[in-house]
Amino acid sequence: MSLLLILIPLLSSLAIFALRGANVRYVALAAAVANLAVTAAAWAGFDSSAAVNHAFSAPWVPQAGISFSLSMDGISLLLVALTNLLAPLIVLSSYNRSFGQDARYYGLVLMMIGALNGVFLADDGLLFYIFYELALIPIYFICAIWGGDDRIRVTLKFFIYTFIGSLFMLVSLLWVYMQTNVEGHHSFAWTDLVQVQLPEHTANWVMLGFFLAFAVKMPVFPFHTWQPDTYVSAPTGGTMLLSGIMLKMGIYGVIRWMVPLAPEAMHTLAPTFITLAVIGIVYASIIAIKQSDLKRLIAYSSIAHVGLIAAGVLAWNKTGVQGGLIQMLNHGINVVGLFYVVDLLERRLGTRSLSDMGGIAKSAPRFATLFMIITLGAVAVPLTNGFPGEFMLLNGVWKYNFWAGLAAGFTIIFGAVYMLRAYGLAMFGTTNDNTERFADVETRDWIVLGAIAALVILLGFFPQIVLNLTDASVNRILGAVQI
Amino acid sequence: MQQLIPLIPFLPLIGFAINGLFGRNMSKTLVGAIGSGTVLISFLLSVACFNQVSASGPIHSVLYNFFTVDSLRVDFSFLVDQLSVWMMLIVTGVGFLIHVYSMGYMHDDEGYWKFFAYLNLFIFSMLLLVMGDNFLMLFFGWEGVGLCSYLLIGFWYHNREYGHAARKAFIMNRIGDLGLLLGIFLIYNTFGSISYADVFASAKNFTAGDPTITAICILLFIGAMGKSAQIPLYTWLPDAMAGPTPVSALIHAATMVTAGIYLVARCNGLYSLSPDALHLVALVGLLTSIFAALIGLRQNDIKKVLAYSTVSQLGLMFVALGMGAYTSAMFHVTTHAFFKALLFLGAGSVIHAMGGEQDIRNMGGLRKALPITFWVFLIGTFAIAGFPLMAGFFSKDEIFANTWAAGGKLWWGFAGLGGMLTAIYMCRLLFVTFFGQFRGTEEQKHHLHESPLVMTLPLIVLAVLSLAGGFLNIPHFMHIGTPQWLEHFFEPVVTNVNPHGGELHHLEASTEWSLMIFTTSLALVVIAVSYYIYAVRGSRPVTDAEQTGLTKLFAHKFYVDEIYDTVFVRPVERLSKLFHYYVDIWGIDGAVNGVGNGIQALGAQFRRLQNGNIEYYLLSMVAGAILILLVVFL
Repeated sequence: MSLLLILIPLLSSLAIFALRGANVRYVALAAAVANLAVTAAAWAGFDSSAAVNHAFSAPWVPQAGISFSLSMDGISLLLVALTNLLAPLIVLSSYNRSFGQDARYYGLVLMMIGALNGVFLADDGLLFYIFYELALIPIYFICAIWGGDDRIRVTLKFFIYTFIGSLFMLVSLLWVYMQTNVEGHHSFAWTDLVQVQLPEHTANWVMLGFFLAFAVKMPVFPFHTWQPDTYVSAPTGGTMLLSGIMLKMGIYGVIRWMVPLAPEAMHTLAPTFITLAVIGIVYASIIAIKQSDLKRLIAYSSIAHVGLIAAGVLAWNKTGVQGGLIQMLNHGINVVGLFYVVDLLERRLGTRSLSDMGGIAKSAPRFATLFMIITLGAVAVPLTNGFPGEFMLLNGVWKYNFWAGLAAGFTIIFGAVYMLRAYGLAMFGTTNDNTERFADVETRDWIVLGAIAALVILLGFFPQIVLNLTDASVNRILGAVQI
Repeated sequence: MQQLIPLIPFLPLIGFAINGLFGRNMSKTLVGAIGSGTVLISFLLSVACFNQVSASGPIHSVLYNFFTVDSLRVDFSFLVDQLSVWMMLIVTGVGFLIHVYSMGYMHDDEGYWKFFAYLNLFIFSMLLLVMGDNFLMLFFGWEGVGLCSYLLIGFWYHNREYGHAARKAFIMNRIGDLGLLLGIFLIYNTFGSISYADVFASAKNFTAGDPTITAICILLFIGAMGKSAQIPLYTWLPDAMAGPTPVSALIHAATMVTAGIYLVARCNGLYSLSPDALHLVALVGLLTSIFAALIGLRQNDIKKVLAYSTVSQLGLMFVALGMGAYTSAMFHVTTHAFFKALLFLGAGSVIHAMGGEQDIRNMGGLRKALPITFWVFLIGTFAIAGFPLMAGFFSKDEIFANTWAAGGKLWWGFAGLGGMLTAIYMCRLLFVTFFGQFRGTEEQKHHLHESPLVMTLPLIVLAVLSLAGGFLNIPHFMHIGTPQWLEHFFEPVVTNVNPHGGELHHLEASTEWSLMIFTTSLALVVIAVSYYIYAVRGSRPVTDAEQTGLTKLFAHKFYVDEIYDTVFVRPVERLSKLFHYYVDIWGIDGAVNGVGNGIQALGAQFRRLQNGNIEYYLLSMVAGAILILLVVFL
């Protein structure tokens, strides 16, 4: 089943490149929905008491201890669910735009989905690394071909920045690999890598290598400057992939790889990492307050939200990690909704500038309601999906250190400031020539925004559905990795 | 009954869903009927709860496990005890009357259906707040009412200023909410649970003056300052008057803003352990009470006067809490809900008749055209001013007596000063509006009319409650009916204390009588003098341009908004730009680009390898990936 999750999108991607034509987008949607169905089946057949589910393993380069092994625990399943839940919505959102050659675009999107599933399922260090890098390639082309102004420069910077980060991770990974000893051989298997005991000094370097890769990907302050430009310049589908799913690779990497492989370093490095993350929360929130480009505003807000997730996870207590996991899902849902809203506004108005908007609530009341629900999710109002995660994350950080918790807590004030300002400027006030005839949502908008709004409320009332999924796995990983 | 309890909050939520989803295409009568009907049923169920709680004690009802993480278990569950059932009666009872009134007041508004949807959502949130059996449920309601307040203040969103007021309210509340949230964390950390039962039971093991308990109490009180508009987080409430008047009556007078008082009363077990926290509560309350009353003296917008009056009255309630007289505060919450809802709805009736005019300088002599409104407004004013035997007379007197007993003469003097100022500005409002000559335009004069029955009926009911509400808790020394019925009713869950330790004792009957006679005579003198100045001599407030000295200072609200703007808002905005342009783009990104330039040169070398056809390149890459998979497979 794990293999299917990777094969379906990759094979469909291949088929689309071969097929071409204008109808490939339906193939893409079918593939994404099929993957969602497989995910649902995997969830249905998931046994949380077992250490791993739906495992698949085949020798790859046995001499070097490399195997093509995939498996699923609750944490993997959550991220796979995130990926495959958002994939159909992202594909559907892309219908709003013509890409010239649809085959290229949809083929790349599916390739990306396949690689992302691979990242979350890989049980072998090298396989993880390969999928991690594979995911970068399609998004690079998506941004470089269909991006906005200055796309080449921006995309190249993004590519190189994240690529360099990943190289440090490779060094760290290889270092740990060289320390493994399974009957006289080295091994890339996760279970073998985590067995390695490193002296603290070495562990610090190993962890730093991983951190650089993941900190750039999330991104964590001060490694974030590629992000606003890239999010703004990328086509909407690309921005959704980046913010909804791809940045979660970084957080997932911290939970699955960075901390378990070098727990000895947490004592020394975690305070620095958490400090950076918390600075990022406040810093990015403050910047978001005065942004006039709605897309850039959401990009900065995303840095703040991810900073909180990173801080909570790095606090490495049950509350923080569980909060981080549930928030990865919910941030993905909300941010895709918000970027859809931006895209809709830009399509109708030809601008993303808040100063050119106003009064849209009057012309498009249904759109205003859906946008409001998603905004509330982003502001983490209780009984929306943003709240449980934010509560747990803040509590997790607070348990780690009171002052860090207090500083991170400002996110609940600033979040309200910039999101409500943006909403107010766009939707309230009087209409202008441009917004007067703003048409309300159409069928496709209804499907995407309606699905997201429904999830915002559903997961807001019933967060335990998600927490149950990851509970046992988090206990296992926290139990195995004492710091 | 236990099974029916979740219905009480969820019925209004269903009303919200129906009106919100389909209201646009439904008749106004149906929308109003659903909106009001759901709240009426909730009220009747609350009455049933009240009977059961009185007879056999608290009812507990668990709906489902909201989340469990680590040792923190949070249930979506309700606790209906004496304190919550009392709040439920106020919320649904006064709420129902205001829903009915709104059917008339909002009748011609195009957002009629939306208005009822929001009002129902508010009732749902407020009921969660008071019915929750743990601190997180309270927090759900707490933020939920803040959201509804935001939506309803900005109800006429085409006006940018209203939208701004809505945002200000939400953000100021969020500042308080951060305190509340940290308080909840500390409670969880200290007691290992956030359910009321666990927390208050374990609190008994702490000694008075424990610093952790004090910290918890102060953090919770920061939340209360935001929600109940106390210094320094009060400036949103007067601006909140941008919302439709029924909203001001329901949310910004009768119910939501009293959530802070409910919170402290609910946590009386904690506050009683912390004399320092109680002292802070009393001090903030007293300052707010006088400060807001001073501003209220020189406001000319009918709703703004009432808003500052609310801030001031809430301050008085906090004084009561700080004196350890929790039940007196709850008593005043109750009577205040009656007469302040009455005053706001009365003001709404005036505004309705005046075609949207809110400046009392353009009114005058309205008592002839609006007889019912005039009489109920008069009752409301006298009730709040402390006219003998009316609602505010008893509840305020009790607070003054407790302040004398627990705080001493100085505290009593200042609290009394706040009370006297209240009487002054309320009488000014009454007499300037309803007496003298009409000062509006000819057109307004032509249109003056009494409001329809659907609006006046709720007014009359509230007027009766404002007249008789005080008899809920008659002072012990008066020997009529059941003395201190309300205090006895609350006894199982709320225990008054002497904040200085030692026994809690009533004052001598003779002392209480003399205090009562003194404050009452003062109120009567104020009423008489105001009548002479504004009604007989026809004096009226000066125009904005003529304001000087203290009048100007009060009219401009001590320039607090301007100070906040200079000290907080603008520096953050400047910081935002500074961070963006200098730190982010110039500083950090500049450094990255510096490093990047070197790498880019390297990247240019790599790119030479990739100058082929992109499709071909992609195809081969995916094919390669698939090939690897297949190799692995076979």
